[in-house]
Amino acid sequence: MNPSIGKPIDRVDGRLKVTGAATYAAEFPIKDLVYGVSITSTITKGRVKNIDSRQALKVPGVIGIMTSENSMQLHFPAGSDPSNGKFAEKDLLPLQNDRVFYGGQHIAIIVAETFEQAEQAAALVKVTYDEQPATIGIEKNITTAYKPASGLGGGEAQIKRGDVETAMLSAAVKTEETYTTPVYHHNAMEPHATIAQWEGDKLTVYDATQSVMGVKGLLAATLGIPAEKVQVYALYIGGGFGSKGFTWANTLLAPMAAKQFNRPVKLVLSRQQVFSAAGRRTQTIQKITLGADQTGKLSAIKHATTSETSFVDEFVETAGLATSMLYSSPNLDVSHELVRLNRGTPCPARAPGEAPGTYALEVAMDELAHQLKMDPLQLRLINHADMEEQKKKQFSEKSLKECYERGAEAIGWKNRKAEPGTLKEGNYLVGYGMATATYPANRSASTAKATLFANGNAEILCGTQDIGTGTYTVMTQVAADGFSLSPDKVKVKLGNSSYPKGAQSGGSQVSASVGPPIRAAALGVISKLINLAISDTASPLHGYKEEDIAADNGRIHLVKNPDKGETYSQVMTRQGLDKLEAQAKTNVSTRQQGPPTPAPAGSPEAKAEEESKTNKAVQEDEKTDRKDFAFHSFGAQFVKVLVDPDLGMIRIDKIVGVMDIGTVMNLKTATNQIMGGMIFGIGMALMENTQYDPNNGRVVTRDLAQYLVPVHADIPEIEVQFINKPDTFISPIGARGIGEIGITGITAAIANAIYNATGKRVRDLPITPDKLIA
Amino acid sequence: MEPFKLIRVQDGQSAINATLTAGSKFIAGGTNMLDLMKLNIETPKQVIDINKLSLYQIEELPNGGIKIGALVKNSDLAYHPAIAKKYPVLSEALLSGASPQLRNMASVGGNLMQRTRCPYFYNADFVCNKRVPGSGCGAIAGYNRNNAILGTSAQCIATHPSDMCVAMAALGAIIHVQGVKGVKTIPFSEFHLLPGQTPHLEHNLRQGELITHVEIPPIAYAARSHYLKVRDRASYEFALTSAAVILDIQNGRILKSHIALGGIGTKPWRADLAEKVLNGAIANQQTYRAAAEAALSQAKGYKDNSFKIELAKRTLVRALTTTGGIS
Ligand SMILES: Cc1cc2nc3c(=O)[nH]c(=O)nc-3n(C[C@H](O)[C@H](O)[C@H](O)COP(=O)(O)OP(=O)(O)OC[C@H]3O[C@@H](n4cnc5c(N)ncnc54)[C@H](O)[C@@H]3O)c2cc1C
Ligand code: SF4
Repeated sequence: MNPSIGKPIDRVDGRLKVTGAATYAAEFPIKDLVYGVSITSTITKGRVKNIDSRQALKVPGVIGIMTSENSMQLHFPAGSDPSNGKFAEKDLLPLQNDRVFYGGQHIAIIVAETFEQAEQAAALVKVTYDEQPATIGIEKNITTAYKPASGLGGGEAQIKRGDVETAMLSAAVKTEETYTTPVYHHNAMEPHATIAQWEGDKLTVYDATQSVMGVKGLLAATLGIPAEKVQVYALYIGGGFGSKGFTWANTLLAPMAAKQFNRPVKLVLSRQQVFSAAGRRTQTIQKITLGADQTGKLSAIKHATTSETSFVDEFVETAGLATSMLYSSPNLDVSHELVRLNRGTPCPARAPGEAPGTYALEVAMDELAHQLKMDPLQLRLINHADMEEQKKKQFSEKSLKECYERGAEAIGWKNRKAEPGTLKEGNYLVGYGMATATYPANRSASTAKATLFANGNAEILCGTQDIGTGTYTVMTQVAADGFSLSPDKVKVKLGNSSYPKGAQSGGSQVSASVGPPIRAAALGVISKLINLAISDTASPLHGYKEEDIAADNGRIHLVKNPDKGETYSQVMTRQGLDKLEAQAKTNVSTRQQGPPTPAPAGSPEAKAEEESKTNKAVQEDEKTDRKDFAFHSFGAQFVKVLVDPDLGMIRIDKIVGVMDIGTVMNLKTATNQIMGGMIFGIGMALMENTQYDPNNGRVVTRDLAQYLVPVHADIPEIEVQFINKPDTFISPIGARGIGEIGITGITAAIANAIYNATGKRVRDLPITPDKLIA
Repeated sequence: MEPFKLIRVQDGQSAINATLTAGSKFIAGGTNMLDLMKLNIETPKQVIDINKLSLYQIEELPNGGIKIGALVKNSDLAYHPAIAKKYPVLSEALLSGASPQLRNMASVGGNLMQRTRCPYFYNADFVCNKRVPGSGCGAIAGYNRNNAILGTSAQCIATHPSDMCVAMAALGAIIHVQGVKGVKTIPFSEFHLLPGQTPHLEHNLRQGELITHVEIPPIAYAARSHYLKVRDRASYEFALTSAAVILDIQNGRILKSHIALGGIGTKPWRADLAEKVLNGAIANQQTYRAAAEAALSQAKGYKDNSFKIELAKRTLVRALTTTGGIS
C-alpha cells in the first residue's frame, strides 16, 4: 500500500464546510440559549462614570445587563504560555473595574432572549465617562519608547553579534533607510464567538479559538474552577491567523454572563468590535542599515524596530528576528522598542515579526543591490547563510538556493531589466522583483490517542484544532499511514479539550507537533495487535517475532510471505475485542532549551508519557539529536507587476513562490496555505491598513468596506512550487510548518517589482496609487 | 436595529399613501438601506417595500432617449443592449460599481439615493453632521483620504459614492418623481444637494416622493463615451477618482462635450468648467490637460486627500484620451 502522506487528497471536511454542516462556535443549537451583545467604550481613556440601562432593560426579552458593578470577580491567570491559556490583555480582565484603556473596550454585556432584542437594547444604553487625555500615535510618543526584556513567547528581543558600528565605518557600500508598516487586522471570516453553558459547576464552552487546551486552562484559572470541570469545543474554526491564539475577553464574558443570568449565553463580536477588542498586527517603524564590501558581501546588518503595544499587556512584533539568521554577516544588531498607546493589545498575526520584518529587510537588500549595480538575486546568493550564524548551528535542512533557481526560472527573471522604468507593455511599465521567505520551524510536545475498532476502522483523538488549514485532512493521512489503512477508514477528531493535549495552532507548529504522536499512537496500536496475533495459537502468525510481521491495508502478514497473515478484524474478533487503544506523547520542542518538562503526575498526559516509554516510534523520535540544529523553512518569492504610471494603478501579473518546507504532506492543502499567505502579502503590500483617528485615537476604518482585502480581480496567476525534501531531524514525518511562510518576503518582492517598474521606492506600506503619482 | 413595521405595496399610489405614516422609508434592493439600519444610522418606524411596483421596464423613447424604471437592477441596466450601444458610459459606470451580487440587487432608484461612505458617518463612536446634525464633522480634522475635494463645506466633506450617478450627471438625466401632489421631473443637476450648512439633506425629494423613472435624453454622439474609475483595488471598491466622458468630435475638433467626475465631489460632479475648455477645441493632449486643470480649479484638498486633485486631473485626461483620441 502506498503511503497516504504526500497524496493530494481532498479535504476530509470539505463537503461539511461547503454544505454548511460544519458547526462553528456560534452555531451549536443549545436549548434555552440567550444572546449577549457587548457594549464597548466610546472614549479612548478614562473611567466609566455611569451606565444608564433603564431604557434598555424595558425592551421586551431583555434579561439583564452585566457591568463591572455586578459582574463576577475573576482570578488573575498565572501563566502566559498560550498552550496553557494566555489571556491577551493580562491587566484588563473584562468588567473588573471602571477603567477604560482604549476605544472599543468591552464595558457591558446586554443579554436578551433574541439577538435582535439584545442589539436593540444595546443601542439604548447610555454611558457617561470621565474622560482623560489619551496617548495617541506612535510617532508623537516616540520619546516614550522602551526596550522590552523579551519577545514573543519569551524569545529574544535584542540580538547582537560582532561589532556593527566599527564594521559600518569601513563598509564600502552602505544603505540606511526607514520602512514603515501600518496596523493590519487579521479579519478572519469568522468573528470571535463564544457559547457558554453551565450545568451545575460544570462549564461547557464552544469557542472560536486556536487553542482548546489554552482556553480550558485559562477559564479554569480565571473562573477559579478545576480544569476537569471545563469542557471546550472548537470543532471548526473560520480562520484565526493569530487573532484567536491568545484568548480575548469574549471567551470569559460568555461564561460570566451565563453564570450571572443562569442561562447559556452566546456572544459573537461584530466585525466592528473585532477591530478593537481582538488583536491586530502592530504598526512598525523599522530602520535598517546594511554595510557591504564592493562584491556585495555583507559586513554589518542593523535592524531597529519600533512598534506599539497597549497599556494592559506587552506584545512585541519581533520584526528583526529573521534578520538575525537570514544572511551571513559577522556583525549584527537587531533591536526592538515599544511605545505604549491607548489601543487594544496587538497579538500575533500570520508570521508575527517575519511578515513586516522580511518586508523591510528584503527591500533594503534590493536597495543595496541597486546601489551595487548588482542583480538582487546575485546579492542573496553572495550572502547566503550556510549556517545559523547567531546560534552557531547547522540548519536541519536548507535548499534555499534551489528555491531561488526555480523561482527565477518560473517568473522569467532573465527578462528583468536592471534599470528601473525601462520595460513596457502597452500603457504599463513592467517590473520584476524578488525576495527571500523564511519562517522558523516549530515543534512542541503533543499527545494523541489512537483506537482501532473490530470492524477495521480507526480513530484518532487529539486536543489540537483545525483552524481551516487542513489539519483534519493531513492528520488523517498521517494516521492512515500509522495504522496502515486507507484514509477513508480513519476518523480524526480534534477541537475537544478532553482529548489528549495537542499543540496550539500557532507558530506553524501543528503538523510537526501532533503528526509524530498521532503516527506513534497508531503504530502503537498496530504493534499491540501484532503481539496479540503472535501470542494467539489460532493466528497464522502465532509464534513469529514482531520484526517479522508487517501491516498493510488493514492486514498483518509475514514480511517474507505476505500471503501468510490475517486482517485486523480477524485478530480482534477472535480475541473478543471491540477496540484496541494506544496513547503517545512526543516530548520534542524546538524552542525549549534543556530536557522537556514532564507532565503533571496523574494527568492524562502523564499516562501517555508512561505508555510512550515502550513505544518504538516515540523512542526513536525523541532519541534524535536536535540540539546542534536550527530549524527553519525557506523560500523564494518572485513577482512580475504592471504599473500604470500616470494613474498609479498596480496590477500584479504573476507571482511565484518556491518553498522549502520539508515533506509536502498533501500538495493541495500545502499549496492552499502558501497561496493564501501570498495573497495576504498582496493585501499587505497594496491595500490593507487600519486607520485610527488622529485626534482621538479610535479605529476609523472598521469594516470590510473600509478595510480593503484583495478580491479575485486583484489576484494574478499564482505558481507555488515545493522542494519537498524531508527534514529528518524535525520529525520522522519530515514536515516543517507551512501556515505562515507564504506571507513572508512576498510584500518585499512586490515592492521591489514596483521599484523595478517605476524607479519609485515606496518605503511606507501599503503602496497605493497616491504614493506612486506623488 | 430598531424594530420597524414592514409593509409591501403593489402600486405607486399605495406607496405614496403609506409614507403619510411618520418615519417611513422605502426599501428597494436593500443593499444600502439594510446596512444603515443595522448600524442604527437609519431608524425608520415603517419600511415600505416597493419591489412589487411595476417599475422594471427599460423603454426606448420615440425621441431616441431611454426611460428606465426605478426598480431596474443595476446589472440589467448595464447589460441592456440599447444602453450598452447608445450610452456605453452608463454601462461602464454601472459595471465598475460594487460586485455582481450587489448589482443584481441594487436598483436605479436606490443607487440615486445611496448615502456616503465617509467612515465617520458609519461609525457612531464619532461625531458627524450628516448623521447627527450639529454634532460636528469627524472627517475634516480626521482621516479623510476618501473624502471630497469639490463642493465641500465647513460642515461636511463627504463624497457622493455612486458611479452610476456620475454617468447620469454627464448624460443630463431627468428624474421622474411621483408624490402626493402628482408627478414631476427633476433635472439631474438639481437632484443632489451640496452639503452647505445642512449636510443631512442630500437630495431634492420631499417626504412621500417616489422615484418612478430616470430618463436619459437622446444624445446622438453618446456612443462615443467612456467611464474610467481609479481605486485602491481592482474591483468591489468605490472610486478614488473617476471620470465620465462623452465627446462629439468631428474632424479632430470637439463640438460638444459632457464631463462628470466621481470620487471627488460632495455630489455627482458635472464639470462644466472642463466642458467650456473642450467645446470647440482641438482634440489633443493640451486641450485635455487644460480641461482637467479647469475641472479641478476650485478643488480644495484636505490632510489625506490632496493627492486626489492631481489624480482626478490625470483620470480625466486619460478618459478623454481614450474617448477622443489625439488628433
Ligand atoms: C459593499 C458595497 C460596495 C458598493 N460599491 C459600490 C460602488 O463601487 N459604486 C457604486 O456606485 N455603488 C456601490 N455600492 C452601492 C450600491 O450601488 C447601492 O447600495 C445600491 O445602488 C442601492 O440600491 P438599492 O436598491 O439596494 O437601494 P436601497 O438600499 O433599497 O435603498 C437605498 C435608499 O434609496 C431609497 N429608495 C430606493 N428606491 C427608491 C425610489 N424608487 N424612490 C425613492 N427612494 C428610493 C431608500 O429609501 C433608501 O433610502 C456598494 C454597496 C455595497 C454594500
Ligand atoms: S464629512 Fe460629512 S459624513 Fe463625513 S464626518 Fe463629516 S459630516 Fe459626517
